Parts: sequence; structure tokens; C-alpha cells
Amino acid sequence: MFRIISKEHFSENVVKLVVEAPRIAKSRRPGHFVIVIDNARGERIPLTIADADPERGCITLVVQAVGDSTRAICAMNPGDELHDVVGPLGRATQIRQGGTVVCCGGGVGVAPLLPIIKAMKAAGCRVISVLAARTKDLIILEKEVREHSDEVIIMTDDGSYGRKGLVTAGVEDVINREHVDEVVTIGPAIMMKFVSLLTKKYEIPTVASLNTIMVDGTGMCGACRCTVGGRMKFVCIDGPEFDAHQVDFDEMIMRLKS
Amino acid sequence: MNKQDIAPRDAQWREELRQALTAKERTSIPRVRMPELPADWRCTTLTHEVNQGLSREMAILEATRCLDCPDPQCVTGCPVGINIPGFIKNVQRGETDEALRVLRRTSALPAVCGRVCPQEKQCESKCVYLKMKKEPVAIGYLERFAADTGHVGESDRPEPNGKRVAVVGSGPAGLSFAGDMASRGFDVTVFEALHEIGGVLKYGIPEFRLPNSVVNSEIEALRALGVRFEKDTVIGKTLTQAQLEDMNFDGVFVASGAGLPRFMGIPGENLVNVVSSNEYLTRINLMHAGTPGYATPVFRGRRVAIIGGGNTAMDSCRTARRMGAERVMVIYRRSEAEMPARVEEVKHAKEEGVEFLTLHNPIEYLGDENGRVRAMRLQRMELGEPDSSGRRSPRPVEGAVDEVEVDMVIVSVGVSPNPLIPENFEGLEVTQRGTIAANGESLQTSIPYIYAGGDIVRGGATVILAMGDGRRAAAAMAEQLAAK
Repeated sequence: MFRIISKEHFSENVVKLVVEAPRIAKSRRPGHFVIVIDNARGERIPLTIADADPERGCITLVVQAVGDSTRAICAMNPGDELHDVVGPLGRATQIRQGGTVVCCGGGVGVAPLLPIIKAMKAAGCRVISVLAARTKDLIILEKEVREHSDEVIIMTDDGSYGRKGLVTAGVEDVINREHVDEVVTIGPAIMMKFVSLLTKKYEIPTVASLNTIMVDGTGMCGACRCTVGGRMKFVCIDGPEFDAHQVDFDEMIMRLKS
Repeated sequence: MNKQDIAPRDAQWREELRQALTAKERTSIPRVRMPELPADWRCTTLTHEVNQGLSREMAILEATRCLDCPDPQCVTGCPVGINIPGFIKNVQRGETDEALRVLRRTSALPAVCGRVCPQEKQCESKCVYLKMKKEPVAIGYLERFAADTGHVGESDRPEPNGKRVAVVGSGPAGLSFAGDMASRGFDVTVFEALHEIGGVLKYGIPEFRLPNSVVNSEIEALRALGVRFEKDTVIGKTLTQAQLEDMNFDGVFVASGAGLPRFMGIPGENLVNVVSSNEYLTRINLMHAGTPGYATPVFRGRRVAIIGGGNTAMDSCRTARRMGAERVMVIYRRSEAEMPARVEEVKHAKEEGVEFLTLHNPIEYLGDENGRVRAMRLQRMELGEPDSSGRRSPRPVEGAVDEVEVDMVIVSVGVSPNPLIPENFEGLEVTQRGTIAANGESLQTSIPYIYAGGDIVRGGATVILAMGDGRRAAAAMAEQLAAK
């Protein structure tokens, strides 16, 4: 169980792993995530699901090496086994039927965005994807996103690829150009905060997928709690997606720094 | 099963034991004291059990105190109706194997219950000694003694009856159900969401109160009976209702536990280092945070406040001491008399240097420039009239607010039902509180093939009540399936 079937390096610190997890592959839907433990003494970390193949019984994870556990996972190779993979957890994305959707992802946030892009496109939406990263090498899954998007806008901080500028500039151009029914944003908390502030100005409904600290991922510990619309919510069971305009991003950023 | 059919009171050996000493001689024996690790030493270790267990001599003497009453009231205080004099008199005559056999008739996890049951509120509260203004027989200590030292051998695997049942959750309710059904010949599969089997017995109750080895040996006994465990499986998610139905189980018992930690909704509760007791205990007990070689981090507070007065609060404060905290405070809004924790836990916590700020209630947490908690504001309270629960309800003393420095707060004010199962099972009725609605007798739910018990039905109770639910549900489901 949970054997790594293939591995691909997106960049020095980002890898794509295809992992055997037949039950999860069958029941997962866009928006879901998993909890992964790399070894018998490992920690439980939440990872988003980038793709799944129920026939082959595998799921695709995109992992960025940021801490000890993610570094260890990124160092694993095909044939190795993850100790535990639990899921699919969280609530699935509400897929919009028709209309124009801007899907904007930053860094590895593009990975969980991909299944949402696919589902929105399949449901008849006009999908405009905005992919953003610090530099060209960190833009991931561009080909897959292009396959399922009507238009793709690339933004890099250093201008090494696509347009130079922040993700918000790309999103704002679209908003100024045409009617947008919904925005979906997944990426670093600070990025989602500014996307949310932008779309609030234009009163466009916006969904953000939060990546807080978690332990069990099933509602038991409350480590992932955040404030949405002035009320306490648990990202693992109430989320991970919330109305971005209601999320207290400053509190979330403060809690992530712990 | 007839509870009296082994160790009957009219057996000759019991008659002889009763005749051997007069009541006066028995009642003049003082209650045994549980050997404990010294408080200053045990505070330095997470892994050593505080209570060391009775020696054989101590157990036999304590068992001798039991008067073997003709109408034993202790039994009425036990949620599963253990034949208490029956096992105690077997301890007295040195037949610990037989004593354990008596316990196993009604309790699936005697080694666990002997350690974690609130005996002073159950069996021991009914002991005839109390009427004589003496300390009750130490039933809990004796239960633990019999469970730890007795051997019943592996029960033979019963003839399979061809029916398959599933259990959701491997805590006390799920394990007791699994054991009962396996002994009846059912093919039992237990699904557990976490990566370890045992539920609250593993993630919640610390090693110094209930060693994992005790829980593991119970689990091994179930495996020997043929019970299968599938971890990392969240029912309703990993396996949806439809997928579970496709697996053609004849019945399902949902014992998914209490779930969501409650918070108080006061300012500053989302500051960094304000955590739920579930999070704190899960990190340390289940994930082994703080043990070298394990990856899970945990903050080591120096001045730690635990909010609440239940057993989980006691587990948390004693764990915080062992994690190196210099000052540990239990903040409880009522007085010590109303505290729901077991008396022994409060005693142990005090011995370990935990301060009890009773009649205090937090109203706000204050943070530093990094968003970390640095202080709490405590409202002093006084007791008013008894409320609906019979406990005198606390009310604030106007203007009496203290500010106390803390660098960690562990909130332990109870749990709400986890919505995972109710939300993902169409047609499953829930109560207003969000618990699964189950028939009071049979524990059958609104979906006929699903039964439910433990905290997902009770909303937050004890290990023994959860176990009792597992028993009752097993009996009811077995009967329903036999009638098919």
C-alpha cells in the first residue's frame, strides 16, 4: 500500500509523486486533500491531491520541500512506500456550472487547482487560469493547465517568463476586460489575501483553499482553526475552501508562523 | 449470558471465606494504598506508569476486606454490572485466573477499566463500607490486579456463523463490540481513521496513566479471535456510504468518538500556543512529540494554563509538567468539589506540583507582537444556585479580574460530535446536539443496519460507558441478524 510509482522533479524543491492509494483514488473529488506520514516516526502533514486515476488506483501529490518531513518525502524514490496516506479529507469544491471563472494559483498551489480547473471546464465554464511564481522554473503543471483552460496567463516576480508582476495584476487585467463570475485562489496565504482584497473591491465571489497546520486532519485537534466571517472554523472538516472575503488572513498568517 | 453462573455466591469456597473472619475483623483492616512512583521523580518521565499496581499480598488483604454482601450494591454502581464480589473473592483465594474470567464475562477491557474508570463515582460509591464511615473496598485496584496478573488463555476461535460486520472506530466502544461479535462467530472488520488502533486509549490517555502495552495486548487478543483492523480509513471519506454498502456487511457499528474540541469563544483564543487538549495530547501521546527521533513538534510551555476540570484537563496538566513546565495551573470555574475529574487524578496532579485555580474563568488571552499568548485575564467566580445538572452554577465576582502570565494555554472544556459520519450518511438521524440518534435499548439508528454507541451518541462520556454501549449493541445486532 502507498507505494510510490513514479517521481518527477518540477524544480529543485518541488516533486510530483504518483502514489498507490486505490481507495482514495476512487473516492476523491476536486478540493480534497490527504494526510501523509512518511515513516513510522514521521509527522502527519496535509498534502493536496493534484490528480487521481481510479483505474490504476493512484493519486498524484505535488510536494514542496519546506520542512524536515516534506524534504524526506521529496527524497523518496519510486518503489519506496509512504507509511500512511489518509483521505480524501475536507469538503469537495462546489463546481460552478457555466459562467466565467478565474483560477489563480501561486507556486505549488497550482497542484490542487488543477483538478478544480478540469472540473470547472468539464462543467461548461469559461476558465481563465493565472499561474504565478517567483521565477520561470517554479511555474508548474503549465501544460496540464493549458489543456483544460480557455486562456492561461503566466506571471513571474522577476519577469523571467510570461508577464512580470504579481498574480493580482494578472487577475485584475481579466476583471477589467470581461465579466468574471467567480475567482478561485490557491497558494501562499499572503497571495490569497491580496487576491481576496482585489476581488472584494470588484465584488466578485471568491473561494480560497487554506493550507493551515494540521495534526489529525479529521476534526479532532483544532490546530487548523481559523476565523471565517467572525466564527471559528476548522479547515480540515469545514474547509479547506472558504469564502475568501470572509477569511481572516492576517490571523491565519500569524498562526502559520508559529 | 448469566453473570452469576461462574463464581456463584453460594459456592462452598465462598461460604468458607465468609466464615473465616468476622465482619469486625474484616472491617478493621485499613484500605490498601496504591504503590506509586515518587512525585518528584515521575514528573521527569512521560513513559512510566504512576500507579505501580498491588502486590499479591496487598491484593489478597484488600480482597479480604470485602464483606461479600448478600445484596452487593457495588454491582449496581457498575455501568456494565460486573460480578464484583465474585471476582474479588477469587482474588482473595488466590485464583486470579478465575477472577479475570469473571471480569471478562462483562468487561472487554478490564486492565483498562481498572485504571481509568471513575470508581469513586461508580462501584466504590455504593460500597457498604461508606455506610460505616470507612473507606470503600479498592475495587478498581483489585480489578487492575486481576487483569494484569490473571491469564485466561486464548479463547478458542468460535465456529464462523457466515455473517460479516464492520466497526467504525477502534476506541473502547468499537473494541468491546468487536470482541463480543467475534466471540459470537461473526467476521469482524474494524476501520480506524488514525494510523494507530485504540482511539482515545492511544491518542488521549497518557502512557503514565495507561501504558500502550496494556491497550496493545487487548488488541492482540482481538486479533487472535479473528478481528481484522484497517487503519488510515475514514468511513464516509475513504470509503463512502455507497462503497461501504457495496462491501455487503450485514451490520455496521459506528463508534467514531467525540471528535471536535470545544473552545470558549473568548478574545485571543486563536493566538499561537493556545491549543486544545486534544491537539496537545495527540501530539505527545500518538505522535510522540518530545521523544527524540520523532518528527512531530510540540511547544514546551514554561508557564502553562489548562482550562477545565475533567480527566482530559488532568492528563494535560500532568503531561505539561513532564514536558518541563515550571508553573502549571488548572483553571476551573467551579470549586474543586464540582470537578468532574477522577479524585485520584486530582491527587496525583497536586502531588506533581500543579496549581489549582478553582473559581476562576478565563475571559481573554493577550498576545505579544508575534501573536503568541503572553498572559490571560481571569475572572474570579463564586458559586450560586444549583443548575439543571445539580451542580452549583458559578457566577462572576464583579470587578475581580486577575492577569496571569502564561506562554501556553491548553483548552480542555469538552468536545462536540464530529460531523464526518452524520454528514456523509444519507438518512442517518442526528439529535439537536449533533450526536447520532440511537435507540436507548438496542442502539440501532434510523438506518436499520447501522448501530451506534460511545461518544458519537453520548457526546462525551467515559471509557466504561462506551464499552457498555459496545456490549449492548453487539447483543442487539446479533439478535437482529440471527432473526434474519
